[in-house]
Amino acid sequence: MDTIEVSNLNRQFLFRRSHVGLSKAKVARDAVLRFRPNISITPYHSNVKESHFNVDFFKEFDVVLNGLDNLDARRHVNRLCLAADVPLVESGTTGFLGQVTVHLKGKTECYECQPKPAPKTYPVCTITSTPSKFIHCIVWAKDLLFAKLFGDKDQENDLNVRSNDTGNSSEHSADVFEYRKDEDIEQYGRRIYDHVFGHNIEVALSNEETWKNRNKPRPIYSKDVLPVKMTEENGNTEKDCATGDVSVMAFLSLKNPQDIWSLAENTRVFLEALRLFFSKRRKDIGNLTFDKDDQLAVEFVTAAANIRASSFAIPLHSLFEAKGIAGNIVHAVATTNAIVAGLIVIEAIKVLKKDNNNYRMTYCLEHPSRKLLLMPVEPYEPNKSCYVCSETPLSLEVNTHHSKLRDFVEKIVKGKLGMNFAVIMQGTSILYEVGEDLEEDMVAIYAANLEKALSELPSPVTSGTVLTVEDLQQEFSCSINIKHREGFDEEKEPNGMVLSGWVEAPVYKDNNKPIGNGESTSNTFPSEEKDVEIQEMSEGTETVTGKKRKLSKVDENRNQKKPEKLDVDDEDDELIISDDWESLTKKKRV
Amino acid sequence: MNGEELTEQETALYDRQIRVWGADAQRRLSKSHILVYGMKGTVAEFCKNIVLAGVGSVTLVDDRAVNEEALSTNFLVLPDENLYHGKTLAEVCCDSLKEFNPMVHVSVEKGDISTFGVEFFEKFDAVVISCCSLAKKKLINQKCRKLPKHIAYYTVDCRGSCGEIFVDLKNYKYSKKKLEETIECQLEYPSFEDAIAAPWKALPKRVSKLYFAMRVIEQFEDIEGRNAGQTSIADLPGVLKLRKELCETNSVNESQIPDALLERLLTGTSEFPPVCAIIGGILGQEVIKAISGKGDPLKNFFFFDAMDGKGLIEDISKP
Repeated sequence: MDTIEVSNLNRQFLFRRSHVGLSKAKVARDAVLRFRPNISITPYHSNVKESHFNVDFFKEFDVVLNGLDNLDARRHVNRLCLAADVPLVESGTTGFLGQVTVHLKGKTECYECQPKPAPKTYPVCTITSTPSKFIHCIVWAKDLLFAKLFGDKDQENDLNVRSNDTGNSSEHSADVFEYRKDEDIEQYGRRIYDHVFGHNIEVALSNEETWKNRNKPRPIYSKDVLPVKMTEENGNTEKDCATGDVSVMAFLSLKNPQDIWSLAENTRVFLEALRLFFSKRRKDIGNLTFDKDDQLAVEFVTAAANIRASSFAIPLHSLFEAKGIAGNIVHAVATTNAIVAGLIVIEAIKVLKKDNNNYRMTYCLEHPSRKLLLMPVEPYEPNKSCYVCSETPLSLEVNTHHSKLRDFVEKIVKGKLGMNFAVIMQGTSILYEVGEDLEEDMVAIYAANLEKALSELPSPVTSGTVLTVEDLQQEFSCSINIKHREGFDEEKEPNGMVLSGWVEAPVYKDNNKPIGNGESTSNTFPSEEKDVEIQEMSEGTETVTGKKRKLSKVDENRNQKKPEKLDVDDEDDELIISDDWESLTKKKRV
Repeated sequence: MNGEELTEQETALYDRQIRVWGADAQRRLSKSHILVYGMKGTVAEFCKNIVLAGVGSVTLVDDRAVNEEALSTNFLVLPDENLYHGKTLAEVCCDSLKEFNPMVHVSVEKGDISTFGVEFFEKFDAVVISCCSLAKKKLINQKCRKLPKHIAYYTVDCRGSCGEIFVDLKNYKYSKKKLEETIECQLEYPSFEDAIAAPWKALPKRVSKLYFAMRVIEQFEDIEGRNAGQTSIADLPGVLKLRKELCETNSVNESQIPDALLERLLTGTSEFPPVCAIIGGILGQEVIKAISGKGDPLKNFFFFDAMDGKGLIEDISKP
């Protein structure tokens, strides 16, 4: 469903500048047909999660090659390939790192047998009160301040939450952030600035307990940083950048996105960006979500994050860096993608030839490991505890009197299990479902159920209850044993629910991984299913001495000629089996 | 491309790769000049990569006409006779490459590269040679080494599902960051001639068999006066005989160079597109590293065999 962007052109070589804005699937198809006119390629400019792409659709294919850039879609396709029993070749790249994996139902691990890194999230109080890293400031600037000023007014916003505050300050905050009719825009900007960087910090400082073992932030007021009012608006204040967006940087002669602005410069950008939103993009205000390709939004968030960082003595960052963090940008080059593409095709050909004993996972490394830059590993057998391909039941600890069905749906069913259109049942009674052709009274019942505590549902959910959650589109179902528990640790278990039997993904420890939509690795070429001309690779296979857990059963019914025994130096052919996917594909600092 | 800073257009286009290697490296790339000889499929992939990366210029040399081989393995050659009629392989590739990145200057040089003088090579920062006899590889390598200017030299060969890259960076100095420190590194590379002259007996026991197999085939072609890749299964007896002689001379066991491997290399003279992509990718990365001065370059051979899936580095030099 993606369209082509300028930043794709450094590696997605089927596209040209003239294609910017057009559908990737369609343009890719046309480009490939130019050098192979006789292939049948059908482009779909759609989201792979749409209902059209159901199990029957997937069953039509001999192999599926994924080129997705988010975890959610990958899990979705994984489940459909399992349900359709179609082999899946997965892949991903980040900078100089890449990998290709092959998944066959029943024969190898599925994509979800090994946990994938979950997107990093931060405790609310770290973001609202005690940031210690620049990324905390970005999250604050993006998800709190930007959202408060320019986003949906009805959305809950933690902006004025103080670490130990139970008092009600919502009325006060509504006054502060509201733009008053005919108010001078710069004055409004300074008012906001002083409130979030000055007043709020002073309030936070008043709570001595918080700062016992932490460095205290300093309040910043605009009059101290920029005592003089900025230049009056004139006809030429906006300068369009390449995409026609309104931009502060050009106006303020801050040309280089790699420069780190001073506190004064950040303040100017903050105020000017705010002014431009109100004067040139008034109709957007109230509807905006942060978009990394919205230059003005990026400028505003960079400035706001930097000012906050300054307050907390955290090093400032350039717009270039801030944009990468706020936008979850994955760095990417053409060469790694080319290598991984070649590896994908090699595996795909094996799948089509049913060359079952030679599938490999291949890791593309930046630094050689035992002379290897491309490291092949035998696929593992399916994980018997994988709730996706092995149907192992899960357990959920939850306070059934406090947690509502809605919490369960949002945080567990969608959040952890990746099921977007689930039916939740207890025995034969349906507690909740979504669908187009539901009767009105059922819709009302489900809506009401969402707001009820689990133990108060029409079919009460208590300790010992088994819930069945099914996603009909993914043709995937799993059972969850419910265990009641009274209390949960606010910091470690903020959702008040603990899912187990679920293989928990290791969370990134370093702050290079931006929080957000879980883009762990990105792949940048379109997924295409097409007929491949098979080239004859007609030689014997080397016998490989193996290690635990790999596939090594020889298929009795193989029709190939007996493999010629080659002189194999055992040590030479030692394959390195890695248990830790993460250590092989950890993103490196630029 | 010009001046000290990247233009806004460059910053927007190269954003994702600047996040990998930085703006300084990108600037250095934009000032570099690359010479490429022998436009086979792997080399086409390589050229695509460096053009996308934003090098300053690429000069292509290959006076051959477009043939079946090119149409089936070189993705820069579109199957439209109107586009390639009357043009050399280099010219056709040049036309296609320009489209990938209008900021890169792509051109063609005609003639026999072995007659080009040293001053011709001086224009370049990196030279990539393919489809070349043993004699020519050595000759060009020597010309590059003669110059005081630092010129990175590479050979690349792809046969069937196997590929080989050779790297010669002469005396290469670069710096890298380790934790918070910057450390200075220096590598000394042997010339192609010196590298392959390393006695086999002296090499580590587990050097890739592909290294030896390629040397046998290379010598066979040299002795028989063949063009690179001009072999077939009919040559197997002759190749096996040569293997025997070379192994005896070098005091190594013939089993170091399996029959089956030699067979594959003799018959697989046509390139296999996914291997082209892989080799072209690795080579692209190496040239980018050498030009930008960023990243540990490989020393000095790289081998890939689709059969076992390993892509490995061998350090081959005279003791």
